[in-house]
Amino acid sequence: MSTGLERVQAGPETRAKFAVERVRVDFPLLGRSMRGKALAYLDNAATSQKPRHVIDAIHRFYETLNANVHRGVYQLSEEATTAYEWGRAMLAQYLNAPSPAEIVFVRGTTEAINLVAATFGRTRIGAGDEILISAMEHHSNIVPWQLVAEERGATLKVIPMNERGELLLDQLPGLLTDRTRIVAVVHVSNSLGTVNPVREIVEQAHNRGIPVLLDGAQAVPHGPVDVQALDCDFYAVSGHKMFGPTGIGALYGRRALLETLPPYQGGGEMIASVTFAKTTYAPLPMKFEAGTPNIEGAVGIGAAVDYLQHLDWKSVAEYERDLLTYTQERLSEIPGVRLVGTAADKVSVVSFVLDGVHPHDIGTIADQEGVAIRTGHHCTQPVMDFFKIPATARASLAFYNTRDDVDRLAAAVWKARELFG
Amino acid sequence: MGDLQDLYQQVILEHNRSPRNFREVPGATHVADGDNPLCGDKIRLWVKVTGDVIEDVGFQGSGCAISQASASVMTTVVKGKTVAEADRLFAAFHDMVTGGAVPDAKELGTKLVAFAGVNEFPARVKCANLPWHTLHAALKGDGSAVSTD
Repeated sequence: MSTGLERVQAGPETRAKFAVERVRVDFPLLGRSMRGKALAYLDNAATSQKPRHVIDAIHRFYETLNANVHRGVYQLSEEATTAYEWGRAMLAQYLNAPSPAEIVFVRGTTEAINLVAATFGRTRIGAGDEILISAMEHHSNIVPWQLVAEERGATLKVIPMNERGELLLDQLPGLLTDRTRIVAVVHVSNSLGTVNPVREIVEQAHNRGIPVLLDGAQAVPHGPVDVQALDCDFYAVSGHKMFGPTGIGALYGRRALLETLPPYQGGGEMIASVTFAKTTYAPLPMKFEAGTPNIEGAVGIGAAVDYLQHLDWKSVAEYERDLLTYTQERLSEIPGVRLVGTAADKVSVVSFVLDGVHPHDIGTIADQEGVAIRTGHHCTQPVMDFFKIPATARASLAFYNTRDDVDRLAAAVWKARELFG
Repeated sequence: MGDLQDLYQQVILEHNRSPRNFREVPGATHVADGDNPLCGDKIRLWVKVTGDVIEDVGFQGSGCAISQASASVMTTVVKGKTVAEADRLFAAFHDMVTGGAVPDAKELGTKLVAFAGVNEFPARVKCANLPWHTLHAALKGDGSAVSTD
């Protein structure tokens, strides 16, 4: 069953292939110290660190290319426009979108989903209709649909999951009905790490003519995605989770569908002509990009893709798989630790709880050791409710993390256990 | 920056392990819920006020060690005090954990001064203050849940 992400089994013979020290030097922040110790940054699902390639590209843009885009007749504006559109083309490549015109720049995944909820919701969802999401959605793929459902008189339905944090696909046929107007599902869960069988979900939905939106925020940091192979209708990503800057993200939308949707916001950039009687809209993707866009962000996301394209993703996947297994093993050997989210197919995101110690206290103790982890509900409160826990501690690893980072996390958890024991 | 021993004083660890007054108060005159959505701390506080004296107080909830110990210590300290005295303690405690004041051991007592180290951990100030905000809300009696956000 294809998930769109390259997955391979790691073995000891393959472990040496990816030279982590060679990529670590590309990320200046990883070299800083924290509380007198080396920083172990294990909160990559919240935001990733940036390679010098991205930092330099943004720097260079302001020093040599800055002008507004799609406006000026002068050369500098043309160069800025070229740089901006280069960012779009790079992202289109990373997602294997058929055309850059199907990549709409937005502030991030949240705005991408809101764009679809607003435009699709306004025109395609009515009273009595149904919106299908899953039990492991981030709040950003729940709340926009709740708002639509409330406004339009529609119902929100949920694909359930099991104790390992895997969606119960056998329930999908019963949940897809004649009233289902859209399916919106997370590709990779931010709190559990589960890689969902989205290709299969798309296929079942399409068999009934229902479009599918995938929240790809946590998938793209772990490798290129192929929206054509997934056959999804919308795919939402954030730049800052994939080693690019904050404040930029994108919505991939199937051209035929984007063409039929009304604009998201009105303003400059998104028009063809305006009179007080009538406005005609710009062609894709500008129709959805009102106002001066985040130009440096587009340049930054383009540079991030440029950097990522130079990685050998097969060996990165093996390396991350090994890190995941190692993290699960080191944490599991600590008495009282319970892993939350043990799906068969998952990325290097490990949520856990420790008996008698609240995650927030684990986070503070880890911080004292220079280890940055996230603690809380990770904007997935329904997931916490499902597992009947208020919060988890979460280590989310990127390809630049090491077994040493994991050892230091494990040592901090042992310390927490000792302190509270 | 403080170290862990400053934050997790023995008093705090001990109250977290064995919280005092972890119960509903029969005949409570005031009740309020407190919630720290960021980290998932939740408490419910029951207060029985007779005249202007806090005759009994109890809490239940779940959360980090700082929030639970703070709630436990608070209940032991405010029991038997007048509402006005409890308000003054809250003000002094708040000033201490937010870093505005050198802790006054005479006014606060050693158990509350144990929370002085929280001041070195900005992310944890909300945890220590949550029970006090909840007490304040209970005594003001508007019945709505308080949130630290």
